[in-house]
Amino acid sequence: MGIIQTDKLTFEYAKHDEEGNVIGMNRAIDEVTLDIEPGSFVAILGHNGSGKSTLAKHINAILVPTEGSMWVNGCDTKDPNELWNVRQSAGMVFQNPDNQIIGTVVEEDVGFGPENLGVPTEDIWKRVEDSLKAVGMLEYRFHSPNKLSGGQKQRVAIAGVIAMHPKCIVLDEPTAMLDPNGRKEVLRTVQELRKQEKVTVVLITHYMEEVIDADLVFVMDEGHVVMEGTPRAIFTQVDELKKYRLDVPQVTMLADELQKRGLAVPDGILRTEELVEALCQLKQNI
Amino acid sequence: MSIKAEHLNYIYSPGTAYEKQALKDVSFEILQGQFVGIIGHTGSGKSTLIQHLNGLTLATSGSLFYEGKNIYDEGCDMKALRSQVGLVFQYPEHQLFEVDVLTDVCFGPKNQGLTPDECEKRAKEALELVGFPEKYYKQSPFDLSGGQKRRVAIAGVLAMQPKVLVLDEPTAGLDPKGRDEILDQVAYLQKETGMTVILVSHSMEDIAKYVNRIMVMNHGEKLYDGTPKEVFAHYKELESVGLAAPQVTYIMNALADRKIEVKTDAITIEEAADEIMRSFHD
Repeated sequence: MGIIQTDKLTFEYAKHDEEGNVIGMNRAIDEVTLDIEPGSFVAILGHNGSGKSTLAKHINAILVPTEGSMWVNGCDTKDPNELWNVRQSAGMVFQNPDNQIIGTVVEEDVGFGPENLGVPTEDIWKRVEDSLKAVGMLEYRFHSPNKLSGGQKQRVAIAGVIAMHPKCIVLDEPTAMLDPNGRKEVLRTVQELRKQEKVTVVLITHYMEEVIDADLVFVMDEGHVVMEGTPRAIFTQVDELKKYRLDVPQVTMLADELQKRGLAVPDGILRTEELVEALCQLKQNI
Repeated sequence: MSIKAEHLNYIYSPGTAYEKQALKDVSFEILQGQFVGIIGHTGSGKSTLIQHLNGLTLATSGSLFYEGKNIYDEGCDMKALRSQVGLVFQYPEHQLFEVDVLTDVCFGPKNQGLTPDECEKRAKEALELVGFPEKYYKQSPFDLSGGQKRRVAIAGVLAMQPKVLVLDEPTAGLDPKGRDEILDQVAYLQKETGMTVILVSHSMEDIAKYVNRIMVMNHGEKLYDGTPKEVFAHYKELESVGLAAPQVTYIMNALADRKIEVKTDAITIEEAADEIMRSFHD
């Protein structure tokens, strides 16, 4: 059984008019069934309003299915007795770094989670140190979070989640507000975590370049999963993605354009090096 | 017809432990009708700089001229300045507040003292300019999608008919299509109306695609000021200040490193494709 599993997960909410009367129902998620392997890196793409954040909020039971089910690490998220287990298994990192940091000193902020889990004090310090090391922020442990850059704040937020020793981390557009360096820092951190801590990573993003290293990509539209596959399989379908208001990485777009102009560039190019290599090969064969 | 900054300095909380110089001796002139991009790492002074443009933040020293008049002179009409230089903040949809879309967009012109009819006319024009569908004019702005909310917020500033439109990361958090739609619309406005547009963005690809001049901020100072090609030619230096170049710039440089004869100054997919095809046909 996967670390995150759903069976016909549906989430419906009522729309109200100004007087508060129900004027209709809205299905944000419509019978989504998926199964995510422990330790994998999964990306979810989809336009604004496609249901990806709603789905993410189900993973640590901020929302629970109105129909169907979701299990995290084998616990049914609908079961109130499992709530703590679910939240300890899956941690979330949100878009705005300023909305999720509560401590006045970095190490205090990171220790907040384990403290609330009732972890003994010495263990908390060890976890704080280990998590800050994992995100490369140990030297900032005595700093005030509000003096950090956006990327550094997000790494502290990630450390705060890791300190709770979750099986899985859900990142909901963690780089939307960051500059290019901050984006790189956060992605590098996520990669390191997968390798060292073996956590499952679920990344939601609007930046196509960020998902090329994922094991599996889900594309959502109107509450459904409409595409599912490896980044290479997904990004070869340029026109299909455009239909869902999405895009492909710039290098893939360029390869696609060169193909259209008659160059024999292979399908599914995702990285700068791949395109450069392919073009050098072509040159040699002329 | 221009905005001209001379030796702008801005110091936060002077004389306290938190004293920080956010702008250091910044000078430039932006002519009417230019499309200027401002890039820089978090905390580089971009947002502080644009808040100076309509006098929302006043420089500690230096001068700022709008259409030849120093806005720091006594008796300068700040209200007039602010209706000429329209500022769209980050996440502007958080500032929507009215009962319906049309009323929200009317708020700006209403405060400029226009008649209700005139306000409505302006609001409708502005909503049309941002490509907002008429059937939602009477909807609550809170029921709209993220992209639509942002259009309404931008229309709210356009309804004041500014000569200069300043946008602080207008596409953060939008899906790729939403990003393209908003920026295409802004580019269209700039061309059609001759409006000056100043765009702050963290997306080098967007900057490369739309603007004709880039100013790079680093630790409160202006590091580079030039055409996108000139600025992105410094891609290694840009990386050292927390920025980057568009992905195609890296591709062209990698090709050149492998002795494929391409010019490395392509910054859009179109240009890169043209240049690569040319190298294959020669």
